[in-house]
Amino acid sequence: MTTANPATATAVKTPAPASARRAVLRSETRLFLREPAGLFWIVVFPTALMTILGLIPSFRDPDDALGGRRVIDLYVPVAVLLAMIMSGLQAMPPILTGYRERGILRRMSTTPVRPSALLTAQIALHGAAALGSAALAMTVGRVAFGVELPGQPVGYALALLLSTASVLTLGALLCALTRTTKASAAISSVVNLVMMFTAGVWIPVQSMPDTLRNIVRFTPFGAASEALDRAASGSWPGLAQLGVMVLWTALVTFLAARLFRWE
Amino acid sequence: MLVGMAIIEVNGVHKAYAGRTVVDGVSFAVDEGEIFGILGPNGAGKTTTVECVGGLRVPDAGTVRVAGLDPVADHDRVTRLLGAQLQESELQPKLTVAEALELYSAFYPDPADWRELAERLGLHTAYGTRFAKLSGGQKQRLSIALALVGNPRVVVLDELTTGLDPRARRDTWKLIEDVRDSGVTVLLVTHFMEEARQLCDRIAVIDKGKVVALDTPSGLIGRADNSTVISFTPSRPLADSELEQLPGAASVERKDDRIVISGTDETVNAVISLLARHSITAHRLRVSEATLDDAYLDLTEQAA
Repeated sequence: MTTANPATATAVKTPAPASARRAVLRSETRLFLREPAGLFWIVVFPTALMTILGLIPSFRDPDDALGGRRVIDLYVPVAVLLAMIMSGLQAMPPILTGYRERGILRRMSTTPVRPSALLTAQIALHGAAALGSAALAMTVGRVAFGVELPGQPVGYALALLLSTASVLTLGALLCALTRTTKASAAISSVVNLVMMFTAGVWIPVQSMPDTLRNIVRFTPFGAASEALDRAASGSWPGLAQLGVMVLWTALVTFLAARLFRWE
Repeated sequence: MLVGMAIIEVNGVHKAYAGRTVVDGVSFAVDEGEIFGILGPNGAGKTTTVECVGGLRVPDAGTVRVAGLDPVADHDRVTRLLGAQLQESELQPKLTVAEALELYSAFYPDPADWRELAERLGLHTAYGTRFAKLSGGQKQRLSIALALVGNPRVVVLDELTTGLDPRARRDTWKLIEDVRDSGVTVLLVTHFMEEARQLCDRIAVIDKGKVVALDTPSGLIGRADNSTVISFTPSRPLADSELEQLPGAASVERKDDRIVISGTDETVNAVISLLARHSITAHRLRVSEATLDDAYLDLTEQAA
């Protein structure tokens, strides 16, 4: 058998030098910036959509049904979540699947650098792009439409990080479940629509009918949307919402790690 | 040529995919500094065998050692001294040639000068070209360059010259010989006879997952059933019976007035003395040696 003696296996497991992993990150960043379409959907689209909605005059009027808030106030967190979805669920899965399908991961596994370095670089880049896009949406919301910055910044940041984590793990799971780039892109778009709905892109979660809202609350983006909304209006996100996100992230991470195949 | 100790040892390796045996007890040892060829028909288990050497696959049974290390358990150390060019492995479509070479050279503690390597492989004119835009031959040459960029002690090349034009193929062979002359051991998978004959110091012929022969190229040719073919037009008729009795003669054929005898070196001498005895002149006498193709066909047929 080829099962290694655990003692020898750990003794020889010298990680690839940090410089090699930095080189991978540098090269993946360069490639990331060479995808104008991907950058458009992740960085430009969410803020552009929010801006268009913000240009509708009635969306800038306080609405009693929303507790005196304006539609645009609700759309800033929606744009933030849309940025996450575009990055982690729309852009990332076909790239990761392509890396496996084209044998790029396999090629790399014959070098001293593990192919996981490529995956972590891609996940980090998509996470960073999502957060950058979220910051852009908040800035434009503040500057153009006078949307208050989050009243509870720490709670907001926490909700933001948790939703980034859940979207990236979900993207990794999609890649684990699909064998080809085409399948990955197809499944991604379906999952995307569902996630966009639960994040409140079409109807803000706060305006959904009660039954629907109660279901959506248990989805990662329904929970994220409520958590962001609460933190935006100055209170701490509820434990229930954070708990839902943590549980989803844990479950999805477990499944993705179990199901992922390197070839 | 400098031949040292075995640097690659493959011992009784078995590998099955979903119950279908692909490699069935393959054993061979490659000496340091030689070019060792693995030759065989498609689906014979060549690629799986070298993938076990490269640590990409775990054998179901048997052992593999590269410089005394297990390619699976000692994966990190083996990757530092073994460079691999794999079949059907691509790079990121928008990565340029120069970026790929620079990236891969950053993976190794003591890399080769990638610019020099690229120039030797004729890639220096395509530094700024993205992988997706490269021609098949350029992709292949880049793949070879990446296998060599880490200054490996062992290099595994799977279908080295597939997709290369004849000139690029010759240039690549020269490069591989130079690499060997610099002390690197080369494990070469091919189904291209000319390449095996030109480059390899020794060849293992694999068929249906088993090693059916392991020898030098000329040794393999000598093993072909009818390694020598003698043909001539006799000045006077010769009886078939006399020809068939010649030592080593495997077959005698007549094509118009020409006689074609397949046999061995011994047969050649016997034909010459027979002709001398009968004072027959042999017009257009031709003695041709079997090629590696013949040997290969014989060897892989026997196993069938």
